[in-house]
Amino acid sequence: MRARLARATRTAPGRLRLAGALLAVLTVAFGGLTAWQLETRASAADRVVSYSQPLSRDAAEIHRSLADAATTAATGFLLAGTEPKDVRDRYEQDLAQAAKLIAQAAARTTSTSPAQDSLSRLNQQLPVYAGLVETARADNRQGIPLGGAYLRYASEQMQGVLLPAAAELKGVEDKELAADYAQAKAVPSGAYGLAVLTLAALGWVQLTLFRRTNRVFNIGLLGATAAVLAGTLWLTVTGLTTSSALERSDHDGAGPLRALDNARVDVLTARLAENLHLVARGSTTTYADQWTSATKHLAGDAGGDVPLERRDGSLPEAVRLAPAAAAQPVREAAQQYDVWRRQHDVARSLEVDDADYQAALNATVSTTDTTGTADAAFNATDRALGRAADAEQAQFTDAAEGTAADLRLAAGAAAVLALVAATAALRGLGRRLAEYR
Amino acid sequence: MLAALAACATVLGGGASSGAAPATANGANAAATTAAAPQAVQQPQQGQQGQQGQQSQDDACDVYKSVPPSTEDGRAVKAIKAKHSLVIGVDQNSYRWGSRNPNTGQIEGFDVDLARAIGTAIMGNQGQVVLKPVATADRVDAVKNGRVDLIVRTMTVTCDRMKDVAFSTPYFSISQRVLVPKASPATNLDDAIKGHRACAAKGSTAASVLDAKKTAKQVVTVENQLDCLVLMQLGKVDATMTDDGLAAGQAAQDQTVRIVDGDTQPAVIGIAMLKTSPDLTARVNQVLADYHAGGEWGRSYDRWLKPYMQNDAEHYWPVPH
Repeated sequence: MRARLARATRTAPGRLRLAGALLAVLTVAFGGLTAWQLETRASAADRVVSYSQPLSRDAAEIHRSLADAATTAATGFLLAGTEPKDVRDRYEQDLAQAAKLIAQAAARTTSTSPAQDSLSRLNQQLPVYAGLVETARADNRQGIPLGGAYLRYASEQMQGVLLPAAAELKGVEDKELAADYAQAKAVPSGAYGLAVLTLAALGWVQLTLFRRTNRVFNIGLLGATAAVLAGTLWLTVTGLTTSSALERSDHDGAGPLRALDNARVDVLTARLAENLHLVARGSTTTYADQWTSATKHLAGDAGGDVPLERRDGSLPEAVRLAPAAAAQPVREAAQQYDVWRRQHDVARSLEVDDADYQAALNATVSTTDTTGTADAAFNATDRALGRAADAEQAQFTDAAEGTAADLRLAAGAAAVLALVAATAALRGLGRRLAEYR
Repeated sequence: MLAALAACATVLGGGASSGAAPATANGANAAATTAAAPQAVQQPQQGQQGQQGQQSQDDACDVYKSVPPSTEDGRAVKAIKAKHSLVIGVDQNSYRWGSRNPNTGQIEGFDVDLARAIGTAIMGNQGQVVLKPVATADRVDAVKNGRVDLIVRTMTVTCDRMKDVAFSTPYFSISQRVLVPKASPATNLDDAIKGHRACAAKGSTAASVLDAKKTAKQVVTVENQLDCLVLMQLGKVDATMTDDGLAAGQAAQDQTVRIVDGDTQPAVIGIAMLKTSPDLTARVNQVLADYHAGGEWGRSYDRWLKPYMQNDAEHYWPVPH
């Protein structure tokens, strides 16, 4: 074997054959590796668009629906016999939405995923929670204070079991999304390396031939070089455009959405604390403290004179990260939040300073006054954040959609061009080889 | 061991007798009431030494003692009349004592009747009486900071509290009782607790009694005594200890629970106000005496509490010895 190889390199035709084999292997390897690496990124990009981002979005929506259900249940409880139909409907929609998304997420999650654990807890506890809320409603309608105790217990279950499980689920899905993003955006360095190697080999063979034969151009080898160059160019352009599109989808879409989801949950947590404080009817300061910590988490504890962008908290963070398309609704949410805070302070002062619980209750939730209450300002905040979320989701879809197709096209092109290059190189060398017969 | 337990119980007060011999509980309690009512309420049992030290220290105070009744308006009463409003701190969470009826928005109950009677007697008309809900933990502060003029809110008279606020003559006798689901086989207080999961409100007398008894399998403490009823309905605890007034409120909200025989830790409840306004206290004491003598006290009891309590009204009117 070694002797044959030695003999082959001693003669000119032998050396030519060897060069041909080398070039064929290199070009085909370049095509194969490029196609494979781009395909890997394409399927990661596919997963981002149609799997991990929707799952992360669903997890956020489960979290939000549950928090919204708890808040709305407390609002309905405070309105008791006068609870309007749309409050009841909203609570039921929240539960239905959460149940639907939990079932969907469970169907899409593999049995070994860490999400399984949180999903099964959510599945078990949701009906338990709903049962507790119904008991609270029934007791309240009979006018017995036990209803309030049940509602507080139900809310504790929500805050202590369901919401943490939803947050865990969201954490797992966000991690998967980040991993898919990283894979989709990874630089295909193997492909670039082989491209350089292949081009160098082509150049070297052409240079050597030129020195030996004094013929400047070998059409076959030149064609092979052009094909490999074209493949490399395609690879580079697609790599850059898709990774910048994915970057944009993360920067203007998925990233701001995460911040927005955090702010939305904080808004709901604050509203729940505000309601529960009234449900507890001054028997404890727990919920007033919860309001304080939730609002601090939401927008820091700096006064209203500090511009929102410079405050701490999840709402300023959502404002800072919001892309242009979502800037207006997020700002509106922030303004409504300030209105809400003022309304809350008014209600609080009615309760504490004037000892007028009923007036405080009316300033917080009311069936007749649908503009001046804390609940109305909360709803405006929540709706504006919802609009911002839709805008950011659209930004994500716009940017991320089509990246996988672009990557697949480039993969196909690289494979075809590499085959063309291999054929051309072999034919080019075949010409030279024929001269020795 | 038994001897040690009995000794502990004796130190704790009237509960000893009811624990050891339920049949004679009421008589024994009445006898023990004056001497040993609220002692040992504040702290969980640390051991006999500490307990006895506490007791001898607290013996100096008499929870039945208040200023003599009077119909005269002193400085404090005149000041209240001048501002045209008497602010009375009440509860809006204790069913049948003071609770908000969610369907009418009104606070109602035994304590609220009394608060309104005092308001009308002092101010002459209901319009100048403000009922202000006050949290349990905030009662002493609310009086001391002047946010309320009076507290009528099932407030147990204790020697500790007497250092901070003045009390009227007591208007109700209570003791710690135990509620169990009707299906429970327990026949008396000790039976109901021993080896079971017992529930009480955090920081309450009941919680310290349960801790001191050490017979429960597990003591669950919650924010509000009513939370115990939720846990009991959900089967997470087997028994609830609270005072008989609140136990009555719980039994009123759930027909499937019952109050077992036997009680412990007798105490009295009174109306709290500033120590610096004895004339207001005297005025309140006069209203209380009239309220009781005129039969309104008994009628209010019959209306709000009787269906759920073990005895007739007069059993609960505190009589000092």
